[in-house]
Amino acid sequence: MHRVAVTGIGAISALGRTVEEFGRALRQGRSGIGPIQSADCSSLRFRNGAEVAAYDHSPYFDDKRADFIDRFAQFAVIAAREAVADAGIEWSPDLRENAAIITGSCVGGQATEDAGFHSVYKMGQNRVHPLTIPKTMANAGASHISMEFGITGPSYTISTACSSASHAIGQAFWMVRSGAAPLGITGGSEAPFSFGILKAWEALRVVSPDTCRPFSKDRTGMILGEGGAMLVLEPLDAARARGARIHAEIVGFGMSADACHITQPSSAGAARAMRAALCDARVMPETIGYINAHGTGTQANDLTETSAVRAVFGTHADRLAVSSTKSMHGHALGAAGALEALAAILALRDGFLPPTANYNQPDPACDLDVVPNASREADIEYAISNSFAFGGLNAVLAFRRHGS
Amino acid sequence: MSDELIQRIRIVIANTQRIPIEKITIDSSFEELGIDSMDGVNILFALENEFDITIPDEAAKQIRNVRQMMEGVERLIAGGAADTAAVTS
Repeated sequence: MHRVAVTGIGAISALGRTVEEFGRALRQGRSGIGPIQSADCSSLRFRNGAEVAAYDHSPYFDDKRADFIDRFAQFAVIAAREAVADAGIEWSPDLRENAAIITGSCVGGQATEDAGFHSVYKMGQNRVHPLTIPKTMANAGASHISMEFGITGPSYTISTACSSASHAIGQAFWMVRSGAAPLGITGGSEAPFSFGILKAWEALRVVSPDTCRPFSKDRTGMILGEGGAMLVLEPLDAARARGARIHAEIVGFGMSADACHITQPSSAGAARAMRAALCDARVMPETIGYINAHGTGTQANDLTETSAVRAVFGTHADRLAVSSTKSMHGHALGAAGALEALAAILALRDGFLPPTANYNQPDPACDLDVVPNASREADIEYAISNSFAFGGLNAVLAFRRHGS
Repeated sequence: MSDELIQRIRIVIANTQRIPIEKITIDSSFEELGIDSMDGVNILFALENEFDITIPDEAAKQIRNVRQMMEGVERLIAGGAADTAAVTS
């Protein structure tokens, strides 16, 4: 069994095109939520989202290649490029042959699919773009990453709604820990801002008409986000041997199913996943200083999550900090777990607690230290990141500060 | 509220929930009918289709029983707001 280091990080999101921009926004408590630009929202009940501002493929892909890659997979490749460059990997044939790529995505290339449906059902055309299937498939991110770096090792994609990227990172962590893979490139990506998908979210009545205010008494729901985040994982001893920069360690991964309801969360299920992560990490609850919450800003999640945290941590729940960075980067669905793992890693590495932005009023039912509105300096040794998906599939990752 | 409107809404609820229409009265609670929050959203969708109305999210959140559902629909059909906040708060 190896200890597992995070040696590369990459992200593109509503908070910026790089990890540096992402981290700066978290420190400043700056939200990337604003009016949706990529779709016409005039007939939707909500207007706001957390998009990658003014995204164009041109700096990243030539036009011909961009034709083959849906926006969601472009985000996966962009984040992977930054992470791999950050890790300074020296690719040997052996490494290329055995490295694992595990990505997460919820709806994959649905914008491409949506355009195809529009052609066929609305415009009455008798054909769609020939690349509709390869662009739509949720594994396109992993496939394009493998092609980008010539990686021929075990590569696949996990789709578990809002937990996709957390499940992906967890599986990659276990592969590197067990020695099944010498290196992992892992994370998630999502680009859900097409009219059809937005209509589907509207129908659930969980999207906020203004902004995302996790844990606030006046919260009115979630805000959709997009982007991608990727981590490079290696055995800690190998990382040290090659003098790699180590951002943090991943120490545990826990999962559970609620077996309760297709949309409503269960406190017991969430608690089980957190306990499983702590158990996998072999750490006591009292060692955790920060929780990056699932914190969607819905009435149901934030209440249930608070209750689950109290159940797991007991009196220690009043000593740790719990914030939701979805208040800033939105709910990026299949990318959420990766963006939030990154937030937890930066919190540990740089010694600060990301805030819960847009927070107005304390809710007695969500009475944890939610780090309202402004980040705080803090030296935390262990952090966890929660993902509690629709369908009750929960995934929790545990991280440790490097050098502690 | 007309008997005809009440009956149309009872039919929508019975069909959506797949329960016998006899169980549904204007005074029924959601608990009695086994309607949870997701069922509630489904029923509102069916009512929007049945009456060609749009029920805003804020109004949807206020609806806790069959009577509020029926009164909200009646208001929307009459061209008014479905928001029950002014009435119930």
